[in-house]
Amino acid sequence: MRRFKPFFTFGLLMAVFMLSGCSDMIVLDPKGPVGAEQRDLIMYSIWFMLFILIVVYALTAFIVYKYRDRKNHKGYDPDNEGSHLLETIWWIVPIIIVIALAIPTVKSIYSLEGPPEKSKDQKPLVIHATSVNWKWVFSYPEQDIETVNYLHIPEDRPVLFKLTSADSMASFWVPQLGGQKYAMAGMETELYLQADEQGTYEGRNSNFTGEGFTNHTFDVMAMSDAEFEKWASETKADAPELSKGQYDKLMLPGHVKEMTFSSTHLDWVDHATNAEYALDARDRLGYEEKLPHSRAAKEEKKKREEEMKKLEESESESHGDSHAH
Amino acid sequence: MKWDEFFVTGDPMIYGADVSIVLTMVGILFYLTKYKKWKWLWDEWLTTVDHKKLGIMYIVSAVLMLFRGGVDALLMRTQLAVPEAKFLDSQHYNEIFTTHGTIMIIFMAMPFLIGLINVVVPLQIGARDVAYPYLNAVSFWTFFIGAMLFNISFVIGGSPSAGWTSYMPLASNELSPGPGQNYYLLGLQIAGIGTLLTGINFLVTILKMRAPGMTLFRMPMFTWSSLVTMVIIIFAFPILTVALALMTFDRLFGSHFFTLQGAGMDMLWANLFWLWGHPEVYIVILPAFGMFSEIISTFSRKTLFGYKAMIWSMLLIAGYSFLVWVHHFFTMGSGALVNSVFSITTMAIGIPTGVKIFNWLFTMYRGKIQFTTPMLWSLGFIVNFVIGGVTGVMLAMAAADYQYHNTYFLVSHFHYVLIAGTVFACFAGLIYWYPKMFGYKLNERIGKWVFWVFTIGFNVCFFPQYFLGLDGMPRRVYTYSEESGWGPLNMVSTIGGFMMGIAFLILVYNMYYSFRYAKRETTGDAWDGRTLEWSTPTAMPPFYNFAKIPEVTGLDHFWRQKQAGKVEKLKAEDIKPIHMPSNSGVPFIMASFFFVAGFGMVFDWMWMAIAGIIGVFGTLFYRSFEYDDGYYVSVEEVIETEKISK
Repeated sequence: MRRFKPFFTFGLLMAVFMLSGCSDMIVLDPKGPVGAEQRDLIMYSIWFMLFILIVVYALTAFIVYKYRDRKNHKGYDPDNEGSHLLETIWWIVPIIIVIALAIPTVKSIYSLEGPPEKSKDQKPLVIHATSVNWKWVFSYPEQDIETVNYLHIPEDRPVLFKLTSADSMASFWVPQLGGQKYAMAGMETELYLQADEQGTYEGRNSNFTGEGFTNHTFDVMAMSDAEFEKWASETKADAPELSKGQYDKLMLPGHVKEMTFSSTHLDWVDHATNAEYALDARDRLGYEEKLPHSRAAKEEKKKREEEMKKLEESESESHGDSHAH
Repeated sequence: MKWDEFFVTGDPMIYGADVSIVLTMVGILFYLTKYKKWKWLWDEWLTTVDHKKLGIMYIVSAVLMLFRGGVDALLMRTQLAVPEAKFLDSQHYNEIFTTHGTIMIIFMAMPFLIGLINVVVPLQIGARDVAYPYLNAVSFWTFFIGAMLFNISFVIGGSPSAGWTSYMPLASNELSPGPGQNYYLLGLQIAGIGTLLTGINFLVTILKMRAPGMTLFRMPMFTWSSLVTMVIIIFAFPILTVALALMTFDRLFGSHFFTLQGAGMDMLWANLFWLWGHPEVYIVILPAFGMFSEIISTFSRKTLFGYKAMIWSMLLIAGYSFLVWVHHFFTMGSGALVNSVFSITTMAIGIPTGVKIFNWLFTMYRGKIQFTTPMLWSLGFIVNFVIGGVTGVMLAMAAADYQYHNTYFLVSHFHYVLIAGTVFACFAGLIYWYPKMFGYKLNERIGKWVFWVFTIGFNVCFFPQYFLGLDGMPRRVYTYSEESGWGPLNMVSTIGGFMMGIAFLILVYNMYYSFRYAKRETTGDAWDGRTLEWSTPTAMPPFYNFAKIPEVTGLDHFWRQKQAGKVEKLKAEDIKPIHMPSNSGVPFIMASFFFVAGFGMVFDWMWMAIAGIIGVFGTLFYRSFEYDDGYYVSVEEVIETEKISK
């Protein structure tokens, strides 16, 4: 046993050290009912897993200690080749554990397809989230406004995200509000989230989309219903309209700062039904992806960044600083 | 294509790699010429059809690839050690994680296991070679050439950078232009031919070439696991072949199977990839299970507990492996019913796997456990693999998976199963069968250092990653901000990674040390083994393996013979001439043509691709008209080799 002691002690110490930080980990610190349901399911499963680990480790330690080769070895039975009773036990126990895990899992899978139970009677706010390398475009069809790389949502009200992508397959994820879902070109997926607390939460694309993937992020600001309505109507009144030319530039691969518009691209394109739009826009701007290591690629990248800068300027010029949030 | 596009330029590390590649090549050429080794190389290795030598070449290639993939890993860990590090840029990092994943799975784990299967399985079933020795050489050389083609990408043309999963449309021409992604497609395609042929070859070998008396239910567990693995290969690899071909058409010939334009369907790629990819996981884990069964039984000096349950659980796992692929993308929005079904099938895999764990534990129960290095790796496997297993069940719960998906929680999970499962098995199996391959054991004392440094490093590296995942750190990011708070755990993880690197170096040193100083084995039974591979009179079996094919009367035949004191002595009158296959240089030449064809397609130089394909067909044509039925080893030669006194 002595030779295994350092190993177990070390593992135990590490587990304690890390579990102590549990409540700080954002997935286990949700700010809405969707994330809370997932947190509960995770914690429920962790207890089972700890039970399994303890049983296996205790059994391993016992057997390895007792039956190690030594002087006065007792109980050696080289032909001991099975036991119906024991084998039946370890077929049945895992089956029971799987059933115990499957029932709440299936329940949650079904409940997460719809709005959270407690706000079923509320009309969800609909937001179209479109990923385009490497930015997020959010359209509020009812409010007829559009934002880039940030979201404002009212608290205590379900939000129905209609997800799609203009190019690469992305995944829309706001860990503190709930789990993710893919956004794919030519497809529309739906995700319900809800914030129960006001605050700013980080959101991101979590599915690898190439060079700019790491900074493919956005902020979600949850605010009171009144604040949200005020922000939406002010945006509608003050922000510039989104032109097709500006939107074409958004289709170029790259990063832009947060932007706000008083109209949405849904007026002329829905990427959920048109997977080719972004590539066509890149053609219109004379952009072509170059070999990543070539000098041409560096020049192309510089050109893209200039286009992005011009786009940012065209947005802020036409409405000053009114989209402060 | 301009020169700055053909050669990768602008990075000092790449220039360093260029120089070291050229120096290594010059060094090898110099050595071979100076010591007149060219003929030896050709006769003994390049043209061999001997399963043991092919196995050793597989393992040597796999160790080299482990080094390459490991360097990739350490570069990544260095970049991630501190927030906002500037060590690698995004493109470079993306290429490195792509090649790390691809190399470790396709060019390290699989060939390592196939190498051990090659060395061991024919010996375990009492056969003189595999069913199709020539095809076996084709398997090895196509794998090797595929690996080489993939590996040169980082100095010539640039490496693929769309991840080892290469999801479309990111991997399409429009978003990832150039040779990088083509290297992935062609390298895997060529190596895949070899894998599929291995599947067929060993399926037939195990079914048709067992020694008399060895019924299916008397086969050693490693042979059983190999058999099941071959069945999975035969069903899974054609899916990869087709998927890669379709993407190749998309990229080279303008088709629209998975592209953004022309109503291509990117989700189809994800489905096809994982329809192969999930069974692939079991292709690299089942042989590992088989090895642990052999090793645990040998060093507990005891029969395997629940032999039949082990087989049935393995067959169940193999069946399930084709029914769970959707769990790789629960977040694709397939709907509640689909996700529920695949959640349950995935969790159900845990049942037979759990049964196996308990059977291993009870193999040790009432045994006499010896803590040799292969056994330490096996015990390390049980302790660590269980962590990978339980987190796998957690990931299987789709509703929770929406939060784990694409995070370091997942990264940690699959390293816990693939390292603690497959890599531990590769080390355990290598050490266990080392005397069979080279005639001496690896040093046990140094081996124990390797085990402890590696195992502790492994846990220090990957255990923190579960918590990084729960703290929202996504996989494949090349850096992260200070405010994220992920810095300290990442630093811990990096330290663990380097410990594993050090352990690898100690392992290599052990190979050198043991080559110089280890006591040479005098019998074929280095570990007091149970199965037929240990029954050969010499430490390294002669090229025909068995002078006389053994007759098997039960499970662990050799062990029972030893217990009863009835090990048969070989007598001169028992020996008959032995029929063996001839060596052939054609597989090597054919694979070289595959390289030409593959390289041409990577760069879209169709003249070169066509020339290569003509060459491949030329060698096939040549082979079709080659009448070589092998040769007979004379009785005198066998007697001479076996040193039988008349």
